[in-house]
Amino acid sequence: MRTFDLFSESCRALTINKIRSGLTMLGIVIGIASVITMISIGQGAQTMIQSSIEGLGSNLLTVMPGVIQPGRGIVSSGRGAAQTLKNSDIEALKGIPGVAAVSPESSRRFQIVASTGQNTNSTVIGVLPAYEHVRSVFSEQGSFVADAHNRSMSRVAVLGPTVAQDLFGDANPIDKTVRINKVNFKVIGVLKAKGTAGFFNPDDTVFVPLSTMQKILAGADFLSLIALSVEDKDQMPRVQEDAHITLAQEHGTSLESPDFSIVSQADILGALTQITVVFTLFLASIAGISLLVGGIGIMNMMLTTVTERTREIGLRKAIGARNRDIIAQFLLESVLLTVIGGLIGVAIGIAAALVVRVGFNIAAEVSLFSILLAGGVSTTIGVLFGFYPAWRAARLNPIEALRYE
Amino acid sequence: MIELRSITKTYGESKNVVTVLQEVTCTIADGEFVAIMGPSGSGKSTLMHIIGLLDSPTCGEYILDGVSVASRSGDDLARIRNEKIGFIFQAFNLLPRATVLRNVMLPLIYGTRDSGSRLERAQVALRAAGLGEERWQNRSNQLSGGQMQRVAVARALVTDPAVLLADEPTGNLDTATGDVVLESFQALHDQGNHTIVLITHEQYVAEHAARIISIRDGRIVEDKKNGHRRAVRSITPAVSV
Ligand SMILES: Nc1ncnc2c1ncn2[C@@H]1O[C@H](COP(=O)(O)OP(=O)(O)O)[C@@H](O)[C@H]1O
Ligand SMILES: [Mg+2]
Repeated sequence: MRTFDLFSESCRALTINKIRSGLTMLGIVIGIASVITMISIGQGAQTMIQSSIEGLGSNLLTVMPGVIQPGRGIVSSGRGAAQTLKNSDIEALKGIPGVAAVSPESSRRFQIVASTGQNTNSTVIGVLPAYEHVRSVFSEQGSFVADAHNRSMSRVAVLGPTVAQDLFGDANPIDKTVRINKVNFKVIGVLKAKGTAGFFNPDDTVFVPLSTMQKILAGADFLSLIALSVEDKDQMPRVQEDAHITLAQEHGTSLESPDFSIVSQADILGALTQITVVFTLFLASIAGISLLVGGIGIMNMMLTTVTERTREIGLRKAIGARNRDIIAQFLLESVLLTVIGGLIGVAIGIAAALVVRVGFNIAAEVSLFSILLAGGVSTTIGVLFGFYPAWRAARLNPIEALRYE
Repeated sequence: MIELRSITKTYGESKNVVTVLQEVTCTIADGEFVAIMGPSGSGKSTLMHIIGLLDSPTCGEYILDGVSVASRSGDDLARIRNEKIGFIFQAFNLLPRATVLRNVMLPLIYGTRDSGSRLERAQVALRAAGLGEERWQNRSNQLSGGQMQRVAVARALVTDPAVLLADEPTGNLDTATGDVVLESFQALHDQGNHTIVLITHEQYVAEHAARIISIRDGRIVEDKKNGHRRAVRSITPAVSV
């Protein structure tokens, strides 16, 4: 049997009952479309997290108070509120070779009220000038926190763009006054927008001198974290180890049970990537179930078709169709259904990913990989679920098939 | 040339054995027009299925054109059916949604020989079966019974087979339209290119053939030449097919 004849016979058979073929195909369309959409959402989340972590600054090590238990990830720090990082740690860390800059942070959320009467609840971070370089932030207007401000415990504030927008709208905030926790601060600068970093928005923050934060706002000398920038990427592991030893000595704890933890960008990225991969797999497997249901629909339809067309099958055998011709025809019918359904599903999946991207601001990306995967999976489903009905058709005894009423 | 040697066909096992054909021996030469006649249940269809390679005998030997078919594989048998045998069934067995032309061309898609233009062959076969050209694009379920059987005859002729096997071809037709089909068999026989085996339970139908083999309870009871072959009763223009 020629390939062309095979295709023409199968296509005609499918078009005879268009509604049934269409509904059966719909199962595959929905399955493939949801797999594509789910994978693209998962991959979009992954890319977003990756870029936002890279945006936190380059060659960064972060020292945090308390212990991060392995396996529980960095999100659940054992004693999150542990107050073990002190100002004296800053000088100790500066002494480690290979450390380019040390940027301690002390942060808390406060109510912030502007002279305009607008107010917002944002994270206030006490910082040293090193923050600007270590976290790679840039001023839009005015200047950043300087050493002089820290020495004199100045009541000055640098606003993140979101805060500036919330409090002052389009007006110029420089030299205006904001009240943080009932204390007046003069605005000396506004930062450039960095964009949302997934779960944390770096633009919705206010920066004040570290000394001002500790003495006036928080009333405590502890640090929330210390960020280290390392001169050279290759030195990161060595610096991480040196910092560990130095701080353990400084705090008088053993190396094995420190009261702090040091994570690199690679650690954070690794942990979050793991989460998004699991998340993606979870979404994809739910979509996969609908694909499976679609496949069973195909098989159901093909079995019905074989029963209905018993006499036709008997006739085809009588006039010279070999078993493999019958198998090929019925197999091709189910593969055509799944492949056409798969193509429509890919188109709908791409459209849905676009809607998610525009409507929900998730960077959903349709990768070539997921399209190839969908194509491969739908063909496989066609073959897998079509084979049994096709085999049943080929196995029919032509005499009984011809007698069948 | 069809040679049947002691063909026996049984169904069922041990105690419930039903013998449908018993020691059937006969030879049908190329170009003969034979009727196999017998009452219902006498084993005619079973015999035709064996001759047509759709079924195999329990015992005995079937030699088609000098070669025993017992040794052939399923694929071989399918190819021989396609090339050498044309079937015509009582129930027509057309594809109902397909056009007349597509029904007639169907055997050609399973052929291995390059058969020239399929459309031309189908047209030749339809003319030989006597179906008017104005019907060729109709779907087969839009035709009358007589027209459907002509399509079935054309489908059997399209591969130009050596043997035509017709199982009660007039069984679903009234006498007048049945006569038209029988007449087309006689015309084919007169051309001399086909062996025709016509299966029927009616004496009247059998008398159109040149030789009549009578079968009863799976045995051949009579095998005679039909010297004064019945001519088809006048074909009046009033006959609608
Ligand atoms: N698959 C089968 N199993 C058992 N008996 C069968 C089978 N096929 C046919 N028969 C029996 O064989 C006998 C002959 O059948 P058939 O060849 O169709 O007769 P005819 O065509 O002469 O009417 C019948 O009695 C029928 O019941
Ligand atoms: Mg019969």
